[in-house]
Amino acid sequence: MSKYVIKRLAMAIVTLWVIITITFILMHSVPGDPFANENKRIPEAVYQNLLKKYGLDKPYSQQYLMYLKNIARGDFGESMKSNTETVNEMIARGFPVSASLGLQALLIALIFGPALGAIAALYQNKFPDYISMIISIIGVSVPSFVMGTFLIQFVARKVNWIPIGGWGEWRHTLLPSIALAMMPLAQMARLMRSSMLEVIGQDYIKTAKSKGISKSAVILKHSVRNAILPIVSILGTTISNLLVGSFVIEKIFGIPGLGMFFTTSIYNRDYTLIMGITVFYAIILILMLLFVDVAYTLIDPRIRLTEEGR
Amino acid sequence: MKKKLSVLLSIILLVSMLFTGCSNSDGGTGGKKILRSNNSSEPGSLDPPLAQGTHESWILENVFEGLMTFDEKGELVPGMAEDYEISEDGLTYTFTLRDGIKWSNGDPVTAEDFEFSWKRALDPELAADYAHILYYIEGAEAYNTGEGSRDDVAVKALDEKTLEVTLESPTAYFLELTAFYTYFPVNKKVVESNPDWAKKPETHVSNGPFKLVKWEHNAKIAMEKNDLYYNADKIKLDGIELDIIEDQNTAWQKYEGGEYDILVDIPTSVVAQLQAENDPQLHIGPQVGTYYYNVNPDVKPFNNVKVRKALSMALDRETIVKDITQGGQIAAEGVVPYGLKDENGKEFRDGVGNLIEYNPEKAKELLEEGLAEEGMTIEDFNNSNFVLLYNTSESHKKIAQAVQEMWRTALGIEIGLENVEFQVKLDREKAGDYDISRGGWIGDFMDPMTILELWWSKSAFNDVNYNNPEYDALLDEAKSTIDQNIRMEAMRKAEKMVMEDMPVIPVYFYTQPYVLRDGVEGVVKVPIRYPVITYADITK
Repeated sequence: MSKYVIKRLAMAIVTLWVIITITFILMHSVPGDPFANENKRIPEAVYQNLLKKYGLDKPYSQQYLMYLKNIARGDFGESMKSNTETVNEMIARGFPVSASLGLQALLIALIFGPALGAIAALYQNKFPDYISMIISIIGVSVPSFVMGTFLIQFVARKVNWIPIGGWGEWRHTLLPSIALAMMPLAQMARLMRSSMLEVIGQDYIKTAKSKGISKSAVILKHSVRNAILPIVSILGTTISNLLVGSFVIEKIFGIPGLGMFFTTSIYNRDYTLIMGITVFYAIILILMLLFVDVAYTLIDPRIRLTEEGR
Repeated sequence: MKKKLSVLLSIILLVSMLFTGCSNSDGGTGGKKILRSNNSSEPGSLDPPLAQGTHESWILENVFEGLMTFDEKGELVPGMAEDYEISEDGLTYTFTLRDGIKWSNGDPVTAEDFEFSWKRALDPELAADYAHILYYIEGAEAYNTGEGSRDDVAVKALDEKTLEVTLESPTAYFLELTAFYTYFPVNKKVVESNPDWAKKPETHVSNGPFKLVKWEHNAKIAMEKNDLYYNADKIKLDGIELDIIEDQNTAWQKYEGGEYDILVDIPTSVVAQLQAENDPQLHIGPQVGTYYYNVNPDVKPFNNVKVRKALSMALDRETIVKDITQGGQIAAEGVVPYGLKDENGKEFRDGVGNLIEYNPEKAKELLEEGLAEEGMTIEDFNNSNFVLLYNTSESHKKIAQAVQEMWRTALGIEIGLENVEFQVKLDREKAGDYDISRGGWIGDFMDPMTILELWWSKSAFNDVNYNNPEYDALLDEAKSTIDQNIRMEAMRKAEKMVMEDMPVIPVYFYTQPYVLRDGVEGVVKVPIRYPVITYADITK
């Protein structure tokens, strides 16, 4: 397995290089520059000074090599919009905030999602099934900005100890975690329901039942364990999406996380931040996908990580 | 497997508690007078010359003070300067600093600090966004563009208390400029010993009524009264606390929930509702700014002045401000907005009068005449698929739709709408790749020149490339003297001229709505600034 992991990590570096190159080309082919401001415009001379300050007056090839060199050293450079923080500092500050929120949301989704799905499957076409599927349809179809606004309006405004927005204490994280969790929770519930239904019909479940094993043991040991694999397979992207934060949720709740940089950096054409945040997200995603592959083998011993097998 | 899953879950739970556990809470205000509000976005820098807009200046104006400043009535008064002298020709200003003025670290504020700060702001290596607002000083532009030297910038500390500045040309509003944030001083000793001084509250040194005590990025900024400030008696607040929340709706919800004392960026729909209800919390503050449409003079038939005038005359601006923008905006009567005074201290706008007429019938006639002169018919016009370009935003869109409809009904012309990101719009304007495009300008100082200068032929912001030597001559005349009678007369003529040629179609004058909680007093609105909270008091 370690051989496999090492090979995957080597591939990851090539992937990162491709991502950096494509991002570099894309961000420089979009019109505009980091120094344009919607309300205030600057004269040419000042603009030239700014280009020089950030090395944007150099030819693209040279800028590209500089980026590569700096990223290899783990230095994402100076943000072109902030004179206060470097890109590394921004990520180091925003990531823990987004990650803690994301992990809470993941926890909520992991606890309630598969459970809802399993219950729905066990009571197929009965009342609990309808309830859990209604919840998951709401979760999938209501966009997070609607969910966030709804929670603010009908929960935060009514309940005194739940703040409307902001950051600092545990109670600030409550509503945004719920809003964030809804989508993955719903996805997991639906996946769990269908795979559970499939598993319940299998011969080995009948065998287990006929052997006189208790109902709960059949469900927990045999059905759930076999049905949960599809959920593990979406965990990689789910976790990485949750960890790096959501632009919409962070904006609505005024959370100083990483999520908002994904949109604002592009809007501002903050080249160094765009690059930093893209590379950072790519690293997280690659690691999570690898983690999921390893998790497979833990949950289902039939799966082996070999070069031929994968 | 159950065990493994539960181990995994508990690890996740532990880690997430670890992360959230890091942050701690703030205590209550403890009977102190703390003004709470929201700053709409994270400041890029709290080093004055590196500031770019109101999200920085609202803070800077409370923690720094220039040679001149605005007092509790919103009037321009000496700040760090005690007195000043202006030479006969209006070119040389000699400022005498107050006695006993100090930085927040106890150092005295000296004339040398000012000399250092202004030259630093012009340093091409610092690349200050707003360096050009210092170009009035002799030698400033040359130094900033890399053609001159630092020593040739004509600002000099004659001694510890005296600062002498020589200007390129007489500038009637120079005193006011010294209250602008790019002209704020920085502590020379601090800046030279620690280039990162402005990045953290612990090392941030300022000279204003308040000092910076907390800066949690993207979350919160706190200021505390500066006891070393010479006028500390006038400051009633013990501190100011600003959240940094970008979402207007969330900020409004927090205001409604009683968490803020004042809020400036309010959602348009809320402003409209508060206005309809005549809510006493709502204040429509004056602002120096004009919303207009650029008309590309290189596109036939927009080169024809009659066509441009027809487009303007067909706009029912009252309806736009009353039913569309709904923020107390004022229908444009020219390019120069209200709030700027003339030589007699009266509204400049009233002195010129209303230069805009709404007359759909006459507009139609003018359009037909203009089109005929260009050898076109309305059909040709409609077949050309002209487009009105605006940067993506709900409010620009609503206005553009109304304008499109007004042109359709009054003139029988079809103009398409296209929205692009503002960066793309700028690019296309620069390249001349547009027919009509949305524009807007917010003034930097309280003189009609702040807006009239836009259409000076060499202005960097003259998007429509308006080039009228007579207009330039009038502006030059206004810039050659500090005699307000001559200046204002020249500018009145200039405005009439630019409205006669109509390179742009003014739509409305901006306003700045804000809400104040009952019991908050002493907030003043200076037209070129965000509401001034420096002298506020909380009585309830």
